[in-house]
Amino acid sequence: MKKRILEHFKNRKDKEETIPKNNSGIISHSVFNKFFLEVASITIFTLRFFKEAIKPPYEINELMKQSFLIGFKSLSLVAVTSFILGLVLTVQSRPTLAKFGAESMLPVMVAVSIIREIGPVIIALIFAGKVGSGIGAELASMNVTEQIDAMQVSHTNPFNYLVVTRVISATFMLPLLVIFGDTIGLLGSYVAVNIKGNVSFSLFFSQIFQSLEFMDVFPAILKTFFFGFAIGLIGCYNGYYANKGTEGVVGKAANSAVVYASLMVFVIDMMAVQILTLFQN
Amino acid sequence: MTNIKTSIKTEKSSNPNGEIVVEMEHLKKSFENNNVLLDINLVLNKKENLVILGKSGTGKSVLIKCIVGLVEHDEGKLKLFGQSISELKEKELTNLRRKIGFLFQSGALYDSMTVRENLEFPLKRQLISISKKEINTLVEEALENVGLSDTIELSPSELSGGMRKRLGLARTLILKPEIMLYDEPTTGLDPITSKEISKLIIEVQEKYNTSSIIITHDIECAKLTANRMIVIKDGICAAEGLYKDLESSSDKWVKSFFE
Ligand SMILES: Nc1ncnc2c1ncn2[C@@H]1O[C@H](COP(=O)(O)OP(=O)(O)OP(=O)(O)O)[C@@H](O)[C@H]1O
Ligand SMILES: [Mg+2]
Repeated sequence: MKKRILEHFKNRKDKEETIPKNNSGIISHSVFNKFFLEVASITIFTLRFFKEAIKPPYEINELMKQSFLIGFKSLSLVAVTSFILGLVLTVQSRPTLAKFGAESMLPVMVAVSIIREIGPVIIALIFAGKVGSGIGAELASMNVTEQIDAMQVSHTNPFNYLVVTRVISATFMLPLLVIFGDTIGLLGSYVAVNIKGNVSFSLFFSQIFQSLEFMDVFPAILKTFFFGFAIGLIGCYNGYYANKGTEGVVGKAANSAVVYASLMVFVIDMMAVQILTLFQN
Repeated sequence: MTNIKTSIKTEKSSNPNGEIVVEMEHLKKSFENNNVLLDINLVLNKKENLVILGKSGTGKSVLIKCIVGLVEHDEGKLKLFGQSISELKEKELTNLRRKIGFLFQSGALYDSMTVRENLEFPLKRQLISISKKEINTLVEEALENVGLSDTIELSPSELSGGMRKRLGLARTLILKPEIMLYDEPTTGLDPITSKEISKLIIEVQEKYNTSSIIITHDIECAKLTANRMIVIKDGICAAEGLYKDLESSSDKWVKSFFE
């Protein structure tokens, strides 16, 4: 062994020169392969989720605990960002509407933007950043420190205990957080409206509720279930299958969880809008 | 380095009347191109402490992970309590696993739980009908065994390396398993604590009739606990025997472990 190490040092210079300079062909080929392998493996992961989710035992205690950690602990972050979002959006929209003499439409316009699009997407992105990365890092670190193996020998199905509970929690907590965040966002908007005007609280909200339709609210909330599901699943996938041997796995898992979950939020959003227009025609 | 090519067939005769609890024949395991275990033959008798020696990276941890099914072996026979595990259904295997305790090399403590919850976890998972009071007694007893009574409300991250190791040991012993697999139980401990752990291993063996496989680099621990020893090299069992046989082995490489 010592000899080999010494030889390695001796050969250090020659080795560098032998690496082919133009290897872009190889890289693109392997990236292509890797992409499809990844898609296949996340599909299998998703199928496994459904298979294990319907099968007992049901980890009710852990589900409750995760729902608390995932939902309740995100409340303050969602509240602050939503409030600012509503406030800023209102302040920014006012000049344009004023130009057309439609300043009285301000509450309705802001409400529709927040409820239909901005609220769900922004809150989902924040959720991906906080919860998606948290799940990714947690499971990755459990994976490298053999905690997942330890559960398996403790008569526990780790997939059921860790993945199923987290994905279900994320799926049901995000919609609740979005409803909560939308409400706070509207409060922010109310405050902003009253910086320059004078609209009573009840007038502000009755104006909004009169013009909001079922089809403004329902699809917007419905899609957040899919956002939550995707964020939970991608977070778990990156953590659960984190590669044990490599360096910085935990950071990498957290990072890819956020990146891919955020990307998925936009992809789902785009699909949702397509489906919605199909229905409306 | 001398080469010992032939794999030694383990003696079943060392315990003629006793049962065999673990039996491996021609066990093989590789990870992609990395052939870790080539031909492992091994027998663990009831109420026996079997110590496994071998250089870092020879696959000792992989070997005992095969026993609990955390790693699936590629070829060969692996019998637990006389049942071949590749023929068992998932459910039967889980039931067999209840009888096995596994001390992970890294401790594998649950970071998100306190010391108490770490110990409660296997209890609640496996003994569904156990009462709160019984759990408390068992937890306290287990902590006392490893000298960690006053850490019960701490989280594992607040413990030192050696304390984590001992907590891992307590968590494994709490269910009083029939087979114990210790992966380096004394690594990272001071000589005094090491000796206490070795004594604890013997005590467990005598009190609960436990059969154990002990992987260790700690020759003192091996000397104290071993009824029989096996040395693994290049994926095969290179030598087998009593402590005193191997210590005075004519093979230089085997002997070098004891220096
Ligand atoms: N899950 C795995 N995937 C791929 N290779 C693995 C895996 N687990 C172990 N190996 C490889 O198997 C070999 C043996 O590993 P193992 O952990 O069993 O060594 P060990 O004998 O326990 O060493 P140590 O004394 O350092 O703990 C190593 O080369 C390791 O890279
Ligand atoms: Mg090891």
